[in-house]
Amino acid sequence: MKKVVFVLFFLAACTHLAIAEPVKIGMITTLSTKAGYLGEDTRDGFKLAIAQEGGKLGGIPVELMVEDDGRKPDKGKQIAERYIKKDKVRILTGIVFSNVAMAVVPKVVRQDVVYLSTNAAPSKLAGKGCSPNYFSVSYQNDNLDEVVGQYVSETGHKSVYLLAPNYPAGKDHLAGFKRYFTGDIVAEVYTKLGQADYAAEIAAIRAAKPESVFFFLPGGMGINFLKQYSQAGLGREIPVYGPAFSFDERILNAVGPAAVGVKNGSQWTHDLDNEANRQFVKAYVEAYGRMPTLYAGQGYDTARLIGSALKAVSGNLDNLDAFKAALKKADFASVRGNFRFGTNQHPVQDVYIREVVKTDTGYTNKTVKKVFADHVDAYASQCKM
Amino acid sequence: MLLVIEQFLNGLQLGITLFLMSAGLTLVFGIMQVINLAHGSFYMIGAYVGATVAAASGSFLLGVAAALPAAALCGMVVEFVVLRRLYEREHLDQVLATFGLIMFFNELTRIIWGRQPLFMEVPLWLGGSVELLPGLVYPVYRLAVIGVGLAVAVSLWALFAKTRLGMQIRAGGVNRKMVGALGVNIKLLYTLVFGLGTLLAGLAGVMAGPILAVESGMGESILILTFVVIVIGGIGSIRGAVAGAVLVGLVDTLGRAFLPAVFRMLFDSSTADSVASSLASMAIYILMAAVLVVKPKGLFPAHS
Repeated sequence: MKKVVFVLFFLAACTHLAIAEPVKIGMITTLSTKAGYLGEDTRDGFKLAIAQEGGKLGGIPVELMVEDDGRKPDKGKQIAERYIKKDKVRILTGIVFSNVAMAVVPKVVRQDVVYLSTNAAPSKLAGKGCSPNYFSVSYQNDNLDEVVGQYVSETGHKSVYLLAPNYPAGKDHLAGFKRYFTGDIVAEVYTKLGQADYAAEIAAIRAAKPESVFFFLPGGMGINFLKQYSQAGLGREIPVYGPAFSFDERILNAVGPAAVGVKNGSQWTHDLDNEANRQFVKAYVEAYGRMPTLYAGQGYDTARLIGSALKAVSGNLDNLDAFKAALKKADFASVRGNFRFGTNQHPVQDVYIREVVKTDTGYTNKTVKKVFADHVDAYASQCKM
Repeated sequence: MLLVIEQFLNGLQLGITLFLMSAGLTLVFGIMQVINLAHGSFYMIGAYVGATVAAASGSFLLGVAAALPAAALCGMVVEFVVLRRLYEREHLDQVLATFGLIMFFNELTRIIWGRQPLFMEVPLWLGGSVELLPGLVYPVYRLAVIGVGLAVAVSLWALFAKTRLGMQIRAGGVNRKMVGALGVNIKLLYTLVFGLGTLLAGLAGVMAGPILAVESGMGESILILTFVVIVIGGIGSIRGAVAGAVLVGLVDTLGRAFLPAVFRMLFDSSTADSVASSLASMAIYILMAAVLVVKPKGLFPAHS
């Protein structure tokens, strides 16, 4: 009897050795509310990278856990707590919104946990609040506004009318634009968050006669604004510009023809000419039957970055410093082509201006111009690590 | 001056959309004594069904024609299945149940239509802008919305003042038991009233489709304004809904449009912008408080 038990134990131990526990990755993202498609694309991009390796990243088996934060900072905090305490997760990722990130990230990076941002990258975490346990794979929030500010100046527009919702991120994004715009600011208007009707603002723009309009209105607000702007007949008279957040493929197909020709800033577009990107776009369309958005691209890049680091440490997270060092090397083929981390562990990357076009499959963007090469964010110098 | 007229029209147009929403809500609230938080969901259903049918058929009118019965039917089913059990219960129970319905409908649209917001086009024959006065260009579609809203207001007035059905509905609001005793099928009447209310919400939704993003949860942002409207107008009163809606539409729009300019005369521009934008978003609530101080039951209370 003893022998049998011993053999059973032995067998159990063997199988345990053979099938190593997969590395757990905890994704906190926004799947419900109106903004749910952002998390959906982030998750689907991430999952695609895992599926392409048959359940592995960098040859190491991984288990992806996904939870919906409902866009609520408190809920995000609870999920992070559960991942870390109960599931013993060491790698967290996926938050879409900066307010959720500000509630979760500073807290988790004080523990022995790595957080990789697939989207939200508020200025505080890039500057004074930077942390060796925090990596932004997407950008620093202001980057996509800075590129538009630079481009609008280069185009020769002497004045601009600014529009954003009245909340901290709205002010940050306009600040990003103003950092690189050299002309006059005709007006800087902050609207109610979630406003549906922009008729009053559009009439004011018509009366103010600026040479250009720059807006940061994420989600449904941007759809409403663009449709109404075009219906008011202003689209032909005063060009509008914005960061990519109002011009992803999901939004464009809801805006329709009103957005065609609008120029916007982004660090990625499906037509960027590199091998990693070509295969990503093709595989994504095959897997999900829709064009990838920048959020999907960011999710995919994050997964592959994690893969590169897991491979370097052979899936062993006991020495987290080695894992972080491997992450910092960014030794993976990004869909953006050119990608490395700066001193504050935010991307140093090229940023582009692109234009909305209509194709057979719907509305999408086409790259027009590389405006910044190896662009470093404005807060990197404040980061002391 | 042209800007003032244009902003006035914008305010009127917002008011008309609010009227369509609040007419239904005030009927249900005033006559059936039910607080229906899920009213915005029928607005959303109208927009979704309208956008889907319009996209499939290529005809805006078919979209409208499908959206109205869809919203009315959903409304009547909800009345029959859920609200009927709540008439005798407290307002808190009704709030809980209808709040649950909001989540139910939001998730349902996500399951049926996905997370992608839908696209709805302005029909060609209503596209473009028209020059009302020299220099005053206004989108035709928004003028059409104003027109439809006014037509609905007149027909509602006719329904309540001139027809037997309207009389029964008004009587049902005053004394439900007595009307029942006189041989009117009060249950059916309530279902019809509720269906009429949700039909109007569906109409507001489908007309908002080409202007706004058709997305899950789109009803909530307008619902709050709608409650402000019926409180200002007087609960249960169609006349109050008209007055309240136009007032709220105008105050909201004109506040957003002109407060920044007014404040810029007093302060430097950045302080002025931040004060004005905060005050503009509070304007309708200040209006509501002011009205309630003078007339605690609203401008045109139904049973005074």
